[in-house]
Amino acid sequence: MFPWLTVLAALPILGAILVALSKQRAARVVGLVVALATLALGVVVTVLRQSGTEMLDQIEWLPSLGSHYALGLPAAGSGDADGGMALVMVLLTVVLVPLVLVAEWRTGMGESGRWSSQAFVALVLLVESFSLFCFLSLDLLLFYIFFEATLIPMYFLIGGWGGVKRGAAATKFLLFGLAGGLVMLFAVIGTGVVAGDALGTPSFLFSDLARAEIADSPLIKTIFIAFFIAFALKAPMVPGHTWLPEAAEESTPGGAALMVGILDKLGTFGMIRVCLWIFPEQSQWATPVILVLALLSIVYGALAAIGQKNLMRLIAFTSISHFGFMVLGIFVLTEQSLTGSIFYMVNHGLSTGALYLVIGYLIARRGSAQVADFGGVIQIAPVLAGFTLVSGLAGLALPGTSSFVSEFMVLAGAWSHNQVIAGIATFGTVLAALYILWLYQRLMTGPVPDEVAAHVTTDLTWRERIALIPLVALFLVLGFFPAPALDLINPTSETVMINAGADELAPRYTVEEGE
Amino acid sequence: MTPLAPLAFTAPTINYGLFAPVLFVLGAACVGILVEAFAPRALRFQIQVALSLIALAAAFVNLVLNWGIASRALIDPVTVGQVVTGSLIHDGATQVMWAMLLGFGFVSLLLFAERRVHGGVTAFTPMAAATPGSKAETEAAEAGLEHTEAFPLALFSLSGMLLIVAANDLLTMFVALEILSFPLYVLCGLARHRRLLSQESALKYFLLGSGASAMLLFGVALVFGYSGSFAYDGIVTAVTLSQESDRLLIGGVALIAVGLLFKIGAVPFHAWVPDVYQGAPTPVTSFMAVCTKIAAAGALLRIFYVCFGGARLTWQPVIAAVAILTMIVGTVVAIVQTDIKRLLAYSSVAHAGFLLTAVTGAATTQSGLADGQLGSVGAILFYLIGYGFATIGCFAVVTVVRAHGREATELSQWAGLGRRYPVIGISMVILLLSLAGIPLTAGFVGKFAVFTAAWQGGYWWLALVAVLVSVVAVYIYLRVIIVLFFREPAGEAEVTIAGPMTLIVLAISLIGTLVLGIAPAPVTNVIAQAAEFLHAVAG
Repeated sequence: MFPWLTVLAALPILGAILVALSKQRAARVVGLVVALATLALGVVVTVLRQSGTEMLDQIEWLPSLGSHYALGLPAAGSGDADGGMALVMVLLTVVLVPLVLVAEWRTGMGESGRWSSQAFVALVLLVESFSLFCFLSLDLLLFYIFFEATLIPMYFLIGGWGGVKRGAAATKFLLFGLAGGLVMLFAVIGTGVVAGDALGTPSFLFSDLARAEIADSPLIKTIFIAFFIAFALKAPMVPGHTWLPEAAEESTPGGAALMVGILDKLGTFGMIRVCLWIFPEQSQWATPVILVLALLSIVYGALAAIGQKNLMRLIAFTSISHFGFMVLGIFVLTEQSLTGSIFYMVNHGLSTGALYLVIGYLIARRGSAQVADFGGVIQIAPVLAGFTLVSGLAGLALPGTSSFVSEFMVLAGAWSHNQVIAGIATFGTVLAALYILWLYQRLMTGPVPDEVAAHVTTDLTWRERIALIPLVALFLVLGFFPAPALDLINPTSETVMINAGADELAPRYTVEEGE
Repeated sequence: MTPLAPLAFTAPTINYGLFAPVLFVLGAACVGILVEAFAPRALRFQIQVALSLIALAAAFVNLVLNWGIASRALIDPVTVGQVVTGSLIHDGATQVMWAMLLGFGFVSLLLFAERRVHGGVTAFTPMAAATPGSKAETEAAEAGLEHTEAFPLALFSLSGMLLIVAANDLLTMFVALEILSFPLYVLCGLARHRRLLSQESALKYFLLGSGASAMLLFGVALVFGYSGSFAYDGIVTAVTLSQESDRLLIGGVALIAVGLLFKIGAVPFHAWVPDVYQGAPTPVTSFMAVCTKIAAAGALLRIFYVCFGGARLTWQPVIAAVAILTMIVGTVVAIVQTDIKRLLAYSSVAHAGFLLTAVTGAATTQSGLADGQLGSVGAILFYLIGYGFATIGCFAVVTVVRAHGREATELSQWAGLGRRYPVIGISMVILLLSLAGIPLTAGFVGKFAVFTAAWQGGYWWLALVAVLVSVVAVYIYLRVIIVLFFREPAGEAEVTIAGPMTLIVLAISLIGTLVLGIAPAPVTNVIAQAAEFLHAVAG
């Protein structure tokens, strides 16, 4: 059997090596070709899997500790969670990376004090590869390894090409990431030992871990909490979010798009893959606290976004609010909201990715990221303004964009869990309209200040547009026809909820609804 | 209590086939001394290098050839005229540790043999006996003299290491400890530059090391008093069956632990580590940092698991406390170091602490671990392999980063180095990430294995503490990476073009670090199958 998934995930590494070996100007072309080839391979994998080919590359990796090198997109009924969620995340990754490379075409070309474009492209490809490995992994230890490994190239992406304070921001990013990661290492080891005792032989396969009958105990709860802390630091939830605004502010727009669009999704992905899948009982136990944190993220992120003066920070805070929605959808523990949450992960990657790229174009023109330094841009660069508006509206979940579908599903699920929670979350959507529209007003409308006229002289070039059009097209198409994506996602949420004992959960809701 | 054995001398039976690796190393060391005496000066260096490397390679080949058949054989007493059989034991753990010692010894000796970065001479002083800065020293330096005795000294030390991990009675263990220590005291004082620092380090190491040896010897006496036996199997019997008061045993265990923990560099017996690592010639430092740690850890494991395994509950809490202290002190103090050699020294203290978590766990087949798993012994050995590659690699980098003809060990001198010399920079980053335990490097697999072993032994809270300290420990290495890549180049330190020896060392350590991080299974399988102690050997 051809190891499709290994090739898919390893291809960008090969690309990174090729890029490192090629000449400065050729590097980005090579990188783009590899990224496009990965995209093509991703599509092939999707088609093959949907037509029934089994997608599984599995060999023993560390037999003495029970770990496997296992990549797969399992089908429902294989004993593991359905691979649909992994597949959509893979597709998001392979789509986003080539577009980031196009948008950052000039990064590293001759700026003093920054690194070469070769290194930039190579690191982007490494981020892509490690993320793909992580999404496709069927083994907890393998998942952990790549969960951590993504930090290193991202660290250099922020530190090598960002703003003035990039060094400090990159360090903070890495320390938060490693802190979460090592807390998770504790949990991974514990899961391995506890499940090994329950199973008789050590194993880290997700399917085995879900099968192992682990009795609830304070120690198991500690392990669950450790996992949750790690994921909540990754998909930054208040109060563990403080690294994101800085990292985003100091990063390049493309880097920020990768970080928020893909890497942070590993957090919410892990909450579903690990917390819900292996620890359903403990997830239920922790739900009240987690939901409060999620609501806090939604509201605090939105309020903070309204108050930001720096564009990159502003988008980072809107993301914190969005991650609150995703976590909410995961932990209200209904199938509908879980589907919505997974779809939200994709949509947020598309809309925020687009927003970061287009705002990046704007910042590059003006030479400043302060909101106050802009005004009336629509008169000079109408296309740029238009893309900003469309991406922004997708961010605030306007009907017709795919975000609307996912946000609606999350809120509907939350409503069936608890109306008060749904009510507070809905308040977040109102705030979203405020921060996006007010931002648009301050940036694009009104008279054109002299400073803006002097710097913002051109509209988007074709290269810049090409990076944006696929993203906008995707979230519009999925807004009107979400079915293809939802068909991929539904089996995942179904298997996860069945594993979590949905029938056991059901009575709990009826009681609460009755109150 | 067993009566003392009669003191008649019985000629020991020696299985020369299995003992050959030690004989090769010892023999080459003795021949090396003769070479110093009789070979013409111009040829000495070449002869010594060839002799030592060939001896180590031959010992290694012999070990590998014996691998299958030798796994459960015994060697009868060789070093001490005791009547009890089994002074040296050749079990799976011995094999693995010998392989590690010979391998890393070989790599370290390659660094000893580097001459190009030092301007055509070795890293050792032209005349150790001359007063630093004196006329005699200058003349010797101008004449291009060098102390090629370093090679036989290192071989003697290595033979002591080979013996101590195989020692099966306390006296052999003590003698082996002395054999490994004395040449190191001399080697530490041989640095070519910064002579005073080097001599100070040698004296410090000697004084403190002698103290530690004395304590160990007293511990041996107490344990003998308790069990009436020097041999490990006799002690095992005594520990399980004796009706005697435990005071003697506890005192003995504690003092023996002090002696070995000193060599490992555990807190509170770590005070010598930074000074000695800094003052010693860098090749010697890397040899000490890796091989001594392997030897001491091996001896500690054998004594604690084989002899005192029955008294596990007595010593586990104490070792746990030492582990925590070692991790925290090593890590916190490493963070504020400004000298790269001192930083690596404290980092090696911290690593000793991480190791001790697995020692505490004592997850072995004796304590109910299933076959084929790594357990504490396997985890520690794998950890030491990963640590060894990364540490030797880092010290190799230290030797090539130079300013004004000597090593530039101040961290500030390294500013921006990674951007000016990307190959060295990226290599250093990979090695540091391995020390930090980042996935896809050998360091991660090692860390994962030792924490798992701690947890399997029931010490989950110790694993938690270790993980939390690891978060802080990452910053030690991150600081160096920041200096390498994110500081503006100060232009002071240069990377000297190294000779083939150093390049080979760097290549080996990088390949080892990455291969063991990405595909550790071949090695972990060997260790999981082999690395077990033979218990309670019948006479």
